[in-house]
Amino acid sequence: MSLPSGAVFDSGVPGQVDLHNDRVVAELTDLAQRLLDEARRQGAPEAEVSVTDRTGLSVGVRQRDVESVELNQDRSIALSVIVDCRRGMVSTTDTRSSSIAEAVAKAVNFARHTQQDPCNGLADPDRLAKHIPDLDLYHPEALDAERQKADALEAEATALDFDSRIVNSHGSSAWSQSGCEVYANTHGFLGSTRGTQYGTSVVVVAQDERGMQTDGWYTTSRLSGELESPQMVGSRAARRSLRRLGGRRVRTGSYPVVFDAQTAKSLLGSLVAALSGGLLYRKASFLADSIDTMVAAEGFSLWQRPHLQRAGGSCAFDAEGVATKDLCFIERGVVRSYVLDSYTSRKLKLPTTGNAGGVFNLELEVGTTPLSDLLGSIESGFLVTEMMGQGINLVTGDYSRGAAGLWIENGEPAFPVDEVTVAGNLQRMLRGLSGYGDDTDVRGNIRTGSILVEGMTVAAG
Amino acid sequence: MQRIEAARTDLLEPAEITEGDVDRLLGQIMAHDVDLGELYFQSRRSESWTLSDGIVKSGSFGQDRGVGVRAVSGEKTGFAYTDDIVLPSLSRAAGMAKSIARVGGDSSVALRKRFDASPRYADVDPITSATESEKVGLLQGIDAFARSLDPCVTDVSISLNASHETNFTVASDGSHAADVRPLVRFDVSIIAERDGRRETGRAGGGGRFDLQWLMDTEVGRQIAGEAVRVAMLNLDAVDAPAGAMPVVLGPGWPGVLLHEAVGHGLEGDFNRKGTSTFSGRIGEQVASSLCTVVDDGTMMDRRGSLTVDDEGTPSGRTVLIENGILKGYMQDKQNARLMGVAPTGNGRRESYAHLPMPRMTNTFMLAGESDPEEVLSTVSKGVYAVGFGGGQVDITSGKFVFSATEAYMIENGRKGPPIRGATLIGNGPEVMGRISMVGNDLKLDDGVGTCGKNGQSVPVGVGQPTLKIDELTVGGTSA
Repeated sequence: MSLPSGAVFDSGVPGQVDLHNDRVVAELTDLAQRLLDEARRQGAPEAEVSVTDRTGLSVGVRQRDVESVELNQDRSIALSVIVDCRRGMVSTTDTRSSSIAEAVAKAVNFARHTQQDPCNGLADPDRLAKHIPDLDLYHPEALDAERQKADALEAEATALDFDSRIVNSHGSSAWSQSGCEVYANTHGFLGSTRGTQYGTSVVVVAQDERGMQTDGWYTTSRLSGELESPQMVGSRAARRSLRRLGGRRVRTGSYPVVFDAQTAKSLLGSLVAALSGGLLYRKASFLADSIDTMVAAEGFSLWQRPHLQRAGGSCAFDAEGVATKDLCFIERGVVRSYVLDSYTSRKLKLPTTGNAGGVFNLELEVGTTPLSDLLGSIESGFLVTEMMGQGINLVTGDYSRGAAGLWIENGEPAFPVDEVTVAGNLQRMLRGLSGYGDDTDVRGNIRTGSILVEGMTVAAG
Repeated sequence: MQRIEAARTDLLEPAEITEGDVDRLLGQIMAHDVDLGELYFQSRRSESWTLSDGIVKSGSFGQDRGVGVRAVSGEKTGFAYTDDIVLPSLSRAAGMAKSIARVGGDSSVALRKRFDASPRYADVDPITSATESEKVGLLQGIDAFARSLDPCVTDVSISLNASHETNFTVASDGSHAADVRPLVRFDVSIIAERDGRRETGRAGGGGRFDLQWLMDTEVGRQIAGEAVRVAMLNLDAVDAPAGAMPVVLGPGWPGVLLHEAVGHGLEGDFNRKGTSTFSGRIGEQVASSLCTVVDDGTMMDRRGSLTVDDEGTPSGRTVLIENGILKGYMQDKQNARLMGVAPTGNGRRESYAHLPMPRMTNTFMLAGESDPEEVLSTVSKGVYAVGFGGGQVDITSGKFVFSATEAYMIENGRKGPPIRGATLIGNGPEVMGRISMVGNDLKLDDGVGTCGKNGQSVPVGVGQPTLKIDELTVGGTSA
């Protein structure tokens, strides 16, 4: 059965290309201003508000036919008021004018009941972004269910037809999203960002006499024209599923472990969490009091690059309106900056780093070693391509997670491995970093290639 | 009936929408060739208070309301939602959802099904069940108590979350059901420091009731005491072992084993599609004969319980595995119809903005006959795990993990020293087959479980008696 052509245009999101045009931005801006005005009227000297509007269309297919068509339309408000160093917050999807006063009253009421904290407050005015560069994040196209359906079908068909051992599918999806966020505060800051995101993904099932294995692939970009082709996505998903067939366990012991680019992202994500102010001031991180301390191997440098054109994590100002900037968190193994917002910076008596809401395009200083050379240096070790579970303790750095991937013998992939764990302690793992691949994966907010860590414990049955 | 009245008052009347309007919208969807048309109205208020550094430094309130409109035709689903509950928006969403199916067909709206689902929780609103000052006072009192327990306690973080939700499902199959759900959760997290070593301990509890559960009771202090106990214990922990060995799991929250090892794999959608390691295996032995596992959404006041699910089906008790034999799957309406079975009351969704799927409610193993002490005494060297963080499963290969946060060595049949956190990994059906002893001490968890699937989170419960698994891979560092 085919999706009736033009069907989505019944939705009230007519074939309009520019979903977050200047008129919509003005509407959201007006709403933000009225919320701030009402906050002042109700006696809150300081307030900040974020108004977000998002529209998305996702088409899912499975076994060569449409499975789902989902239209998402959300508009929401997050308001925070500060009264006498007390903070109250409210979030709502009720954006009607008639509801503004009630939302503000809720936030003010909460602020009256929380306790004074001198570190509460808006970002310092001199840190607010004055110039907001265009980062080329907004590339609107008309929502087109037919194109998305065709892409998803083609990606899945490529994977299903790739090899007779590809026997089933979890489905393929093609999505498009457009969003706009306006942030304003009573220091007079007002900024808006608009962005689009497109993507295609597919996950398939490979089978042999020993059972089923599943894996997938996805592509994502600010421009639909820059997505990998559906054929590329489908064939990668098929290859990744096939290479997991016949997985074995190995002898428990200590080995060098290479995290591939996708799993390395999660490792760097844990590191950023350990550097974030919210854990540091409570001494709930193994990296507490680590500024100017050598915590990692000398070859390891970690940056953020918030102003990359068209990138997934680009943003000119953070969630408090503070200007973002290129920042070195770890330079040749030494901690140079934490990840701070205004509150945590006041707790730690340091300047904010403009990271309210997180990091923006985290980037491992690009490795120059081809992955094959990285593996070539390994006599016996493990290339991790998937991790499972959340066995990470950031207070101690203890690290223990489920893993699957390929066993490396004499520098070459020898056989697939599954149902094993990789374990260590992040403090020792950081010092044991010894190689960085040039296979950088730029999807999403973390950009890294493969990472080699010496001396991890691989446990198996 | 009372719930339907509440839903009308909360969801329809403010928008001046009548049930006649809702029926007309359903009729509009059924003008296309669809098997099921559905409107799901929902309103949820939530509140959160957090304490750290000894002060209640933030409070937040959230309000979310909207309608999800769904049209199901065979294996296809069209879905749209709106956070603006007014007729024109609903009509647009209905137009979008039905576009999944062809115009025409002989679909029609069935007569309303009348049923009385027994309420599984009281009609209470936790948000208004205590004043703001009482809530702030509670958090401060627990903070002082936790700090008084041990001078090594350096940081206490406490959070109190409460929500109150009303939903109303009207569907073309005659479903016409409302639910009003309270939910409370209280969490304490501790950092303890001694001789330069820092460790953490967490504990929490909750369920579908109001704040009287916490106010003027010992519950908050017990939770804080538990968090401090775990933090202090972990200060003495030694490296965990690495490799395959016998593992004894304690009762209660370690039932996350069942959630991951068999629960997800027995959800109807994966089995209809043939992508689960349990697909097509009804009637086969999938666990040791000591194992009987049920999913029960009907238990009073529990975090995973539902009076009716998010498709208007009364919740139920489903036997998944009986004496080791696979008996049945958990179903929502679409997968039940496609597999030719009845829905089991497991159709759940995170909110009106999400599609329902088969999900677990409270999943647990029934008690066996062994004395827990006797179970430990049979292991000469292994691991005894009693506290866990999260878990995850690959339902296709059956591989699953779950991460211990409180565990001990077993040495010569006795509980030995505590060990550092470690992930355990295994294959669902294999591990279930290696359960060689089941304790007589069935316990349910304290009400802190949240399950994620396809990006949607829902509250769940788990439970089990003490279990012995003859061999499981322990992911420590000490090889």
